[in-house]
Amino acid sequence: MSEPTTTSGLPQGPAITKHSAQRRRKGMLWRGMFIGSLLIGIIALITLFATIINDSFGLIVIDNKVDPSTLSDQPLESLDKAALQAILQQHISAGRFRQLNREQPFEERDQSDLLQLLEAEVIKPSIVASYTLQESLFERERVAAEAAKKYPQGTLTFHSWISGTFLVRPMHSNPALAGIRTAILGSLYVVMLTMLFAVPIGVGAAIYLEEYNGQNWISRIIETNINNLAGVPSIIYGLLGLAVFVRALERFTSGAFIGINNGNGRTIISASLTMALLILPLIIINAREAIRAVPQSLRQASYGLGATKWQTIWHHVLPSALPGILTGTILGMSRAIGESAPLIVIGASTFIAFDPNSPFSKFTVLPIQIYNWVQQPGEQFRSIAAAAIIVLLVILLALNATAIFLRNYYPRGAV
Amino acid sequence: MTLQANETTNSAIETRDLHIYYGNFRAVKDIHLSIERQKITALIGPSGCGKSTVLRAFNRMNDLVPTARVEGEVIFHGQNLYSPSVDAVEVRRRIGMVFQKPNPFPKSIYDNIMFGPKINGWRGSKADADELVERSLRSAALWDDVKDKLHKSGLTLSGGQQQRLCIARALAVEPEVILMDEPCSALDPISTLKIEELMFELRRHYTIVIVTHNMQQAARASDYTAFFLMDEDRAGQLIEFGPTQQLFTNPKDQRTEEYITGRFG
Repeated sequence: MSEPTTTSGLPQGPAITKHSAQRRRKGMLWRGMFIGSLLIGIIALITLFATIINDSFGLIVIDNKVDPSTLSDQPLESLDKAALQAILQQHISAGRFRQLNREQPFEERDQSDLLQLLEAEVIKPSIVASYTLQESLFERERVAAEAAKKYPQGTLTFHSWISGTFLVRPMHSNPALAGIRTAILGSLYVVMLTMLFAVPIGVGAAIYLEEYNGQNWISRIIETNINNLAGVPSIIYGLLGLAVFVRALERFTSGAFIGINNGNGRTIISASLTMALLILPLIIINAREAIRAVPQSLRQASYGLGATKWQTIWHHVLPSALPGILTGTILGMSRAIGESAPLIVIGASTFIAFDPNSPFSKFTVLPIQIYNWVQQPGEQFRSIAAAAIIVLLVILLALNATAIFLRNYYPRGAV
Repeated sequence: MTLQANETTNSAIETRDLHIYYGNFRAVKDIHLSIERQKITALIGPSGCGKSTVLRAFNRMNDLVPTARVEGEVIFHGQNLYSPSVDAVEVRRRIGMVFQKPNPFPKSIYDNIMFGPKINGWRGSKADADELVERSLRSAALWDDVKDKLHKSGLTLSGGQQQRLCIARALAVEPEVILMDEPCSALDPISTLKIEELMFELRRHYTIVIVTHNMQQAARASDYTAFFLMDEDRAGQLIEFGPTQQLFTNPKDQRTEEYITGRFG
């Protein structure tokens, strides 16, 4: 054929314009779909926060078993320790008083302690009704009328379920008096110990696999297995922890080997070891990726100067890989702090009224506390669960922000 | 066994019957080459002819490639570098290397220079270190460019300066031989010229082996030239080796003449 090449299958002349407009329209369609996906995500997130906040704040009706104003003609807060003790003794049985004295002698308790006791033992405030933020804001008249009709004794006040006292109070069966101090401490304890176990082991394994072990069938099998382990349901790790750490290693995890008598191995250290196993694959995979991404030219430069393998790893590979390793650590930490299933399996307690004070303490963590509260009947448990969720999210964001800060501001040479 | 100075011969590095394999593939075969002391030897040839592979065999950088295998001998001070008693780390400390792409460490210029001495057991005061850094940078003709920013990152320098930093870094561990693997291929002509001038300076104290794609560079800046070509099995072999002047003006081999006159490659 002696036809010029311009009569090929390609559009010519005005058809070019038409065709390019067509292609652009197609692109716009996709763009619209991507925006749609983003919007759905944003709506989901807003709904989540709205629900939590809706439950965390709102009007409540408080009904005191004993009106505080009948106990004394002055405000209770202004009374001294002796006066408070006298009122307490007057209003509770002698047996209960002795029991409280046995728990902690009254001479050792201070004024605020006594105020708390008075509230818990005598006044016994109970929240008889609570309303969501939505009801409180938009249907205030109806709520007020209903409260006045149903609970003439009660006082209607606006209440933030998340508050300073909620954070520092220990566990209590009455939602009005319950706090999450023990759960926060438990969570922090478990996460810190978990990272202490998982990061050195995970990074060490990644260094070995990437730098020392060549590409052979063994390393491929290990790699496949680690990838699969990252996808194993967390409850399976719980079963492993129960069998190994709680039962088989009970002498160690209960602290019996150093003379702590806890009875069993359902302790912080068992939880941390289980969590460490759970997040190890995550840390290893991320650390391996980070180490693999270190340019080969950097290693060659180091070897070329007579550096040994370890000197090259320590001075060049690890510093360059650190941001990536920290990313894996952040992911692992987020997972460890939010995970509840394996801890339920190894038997974390749900009701702990005293602070964990060693790795061999009994413990509870925030997700378990939240899980426990949402199971309880009653509006108020739902509200404190929502408040605990906010606390959990804030702790999670704070830990992540710290890690991201470290990653981004880690001094890379003198760049 | 340590690598002792052996003054009976004038060659710094000598290869005997050198074959290099990547897995089952023979990349280089039967190389007999003698690199003369305190001279610049250029390795030239078309892409894939194995010249870089041979260069890397001189300081055992091929050890870092898991599938690479070396047969034959590379003699340095009368000692085969591939004998089991020789430590590759010591070889690389005595035979330095400058790479194709400038690869300064992501550290300050000062730390770039001091890394080599430090890992090799350098003991000295801060003043000694300052002096060593200055001497190395002066030898690499970089001192005047960077003397006011020694604690800035090496990555802030231009490409040519980075490459001279890499040379200074190699000089700081006081090697006997410097291997250069296409050191100018990523540089502009002015930077290239500076590196070439530097090589002439360095020749007074060091033996230099340079791989280059650039025939003009080999003709300009080397004392000896080795021409490599691959055979039908794609294995690189040494075609001709001799004084640069002679190889470029009066090649003995037909293939050398064809290559240097630009008929292929």
